[in-house]
Amino acid sequence: MSEASTSDTVLERSQTTGASYAPVSPCDLEADAVGKTFGEAYVFRDVSFRLARGEAVALVGANGTGKSTLLRCIMGLIPVSEGEVTLLDTPVSAARPRDLRDLRSRMGLVSQKHNLVARMSVLSNVIHGLLGQRSGLRYWTQTLAPAEARDAAMAALERVGLAHLAARRADRLSGGQSQRVAIARALVAEPRILIADEPCASLDPAAGEDVMDLFFNLVRDEGVTVVFTSHNVDHALRYGDRVLGLANGKLQLDATSASLAPTDLRGLYD
Amino acid sequence: MTDTAAAPLSTSAPARVERPSAIAFLGYAFALIIIVWSFAGAGFSIEKMVTAPPRFADFIDRAFPPNFEPDVLARLGWKMLETLQIALAGAVLGVILSFPVALLAARGLVAGPWVNSVVRTILGFVRAVPDIAWALVFVVAVGLGPFAGMLAIMVDTIGFCGRFFADDMEAADKGPAEALTATGAGKLDVVACATVPAASPAFVSTSLFALEKAVRSSTILGLVGAGGIGIELKVGFDLFDYPTAMTVILMIAVVVIAIEQLSGWARTKIIGHQR
Repeated sequence: MSEASTSDTVLERSQTTGASYAPVSPCDLEADAVGKTFGEAYVFRDVSFRLARGEAVALVGANGTGKSTLLRCIMGLIPVSEGEVTLLDTPVSAARPRDLRDLRSRMGLVSQKHNLVARMSVLSNVIHGLLGQRSGLRYWTQTLAPAEARDAAMAALERVGLAHLAARRADRLSGGQSQRVAIARALVAEPRILIADEPCASLDPAAGEDVMDLFFNLVRDEGVTVVFTSHNVDHALRYGDRVLGLANGKLQLDATSASLAPTDLRGLYD
Repeated sequence: MTDTAAAPLSTSAPARVERPSAIAFLGYAFALIIIVWSFAGAGFSIEKMVTAPPRFADFIDRAFPPNFEPDVLARLGWKMLETLQIALAGAVLGVILSFPVALLAARGLVAGPWVNSVVRTILGFVRAVPDIAWALVFVVAVGLGPFAGMLAIMVDTIGFCGRFFADDMEAADKGPAEALTATGAGKLDVVACATVPAASPAFVSTSLFALEKAVRSSTILGLVGAGGIGIELKVGFDLFDYPTAMTVILMIAVVVIAIEQLSGWARTKIIGHQR
């Protein structure tokens, strides 16, 4: 890793890959020449970017360009094949399992399929968001959970407007409600970084707008750093401070949203 | 048929039956030889097939009407109750003990591949030994009576449920587990909070099948002195008391069918119409 990349400031590219950088604020996440292969085939290679604290970055690209794979590499859920991801000043590939769990406990994941535990209550699902910080039997279900965990989970549900559904089974929720619960689960542990993989892809347009508004209102309030993927160009430009574009196995675009028009992103899908 | 369908196709449809390769043809021929050889080894005899129905009819004639005398029914009823107790106790203990075994057998959960392989091999051995053989072993170990039967059912259930619980957990939706792993949760927390709840409908279904299997097994364990109604069946045949033996057979059929119906109803009530 270069000396410049280890500094605690992030250098933001002004337009496309290869353009000049300008320091803006402390760096929460850095990808340095990251590549991923499955077998002999490259999904992507030489992907480099840095995220400032509190920054929201949209990762866009056509199906199969490796957006979700890149997010999983960032979280250390799957190993990178080359390069390095540095999260909160810790290189992910060198982290021991215990350190990796500590890192993840300061992160949250919201995914397209919501991934709630279907047969458990909404409240239990949100309490599970605390498992990275507080492990053990008492956090497995709301019935056994300590009062402070229940209170924190109820507060998170209150913020997404679903406190009244705390006792309902997760598989009895609508798609929009499920995604709100998934957001509450991601926020309950007060993460520094949030990863959102197409958070509204499985929702109808109106519910999708609601979820994106809610999600970004909450994370903006708390200064959380966000990386999200989306096929919705308008969402990428509206909610992202910056847009990263993957195409043909490379990072083809890294620019501020303010400098882009929707038509600039269409080429990534050709 | 439309005009479009009548238009010439650029690619013809595949053959209805593909010609087997030479190796596949040899494989089919070998399989056929093995089957014929098995019939010979099993003493398959057309002559006996022809002469058996009259003998079977003779048995039915001597067994009917079944023995429905009150004292016989009372004695057999208690034995059937003991049979159900053996089945229920053995199945419940077996299901409970299957959980930790299944956790070790399931690939990619809490144990490494070596542990998975060793535990799966042991489970394979447990399943390969028939329940009646386990009953003989436990009669030697703990003596005659229902306790030996219960232990045999328990071991048989561990072999069955341990394997299928492990498969159920491996096949469970990985999404919730990944979501919890992404929060920094440890392996045990992820299994307890995501994998086990996701697999729980399959656990319920497998457990109910195990109970049905236990009831069927427990009816014959008495043949080797491991308690239950099986001993009454053996005594009935040994003493040529076919009416009483027929009563035992009918009782077993009624109870097993009733348990299967009850189990099916419970499965639907608890987990709906999924597997």
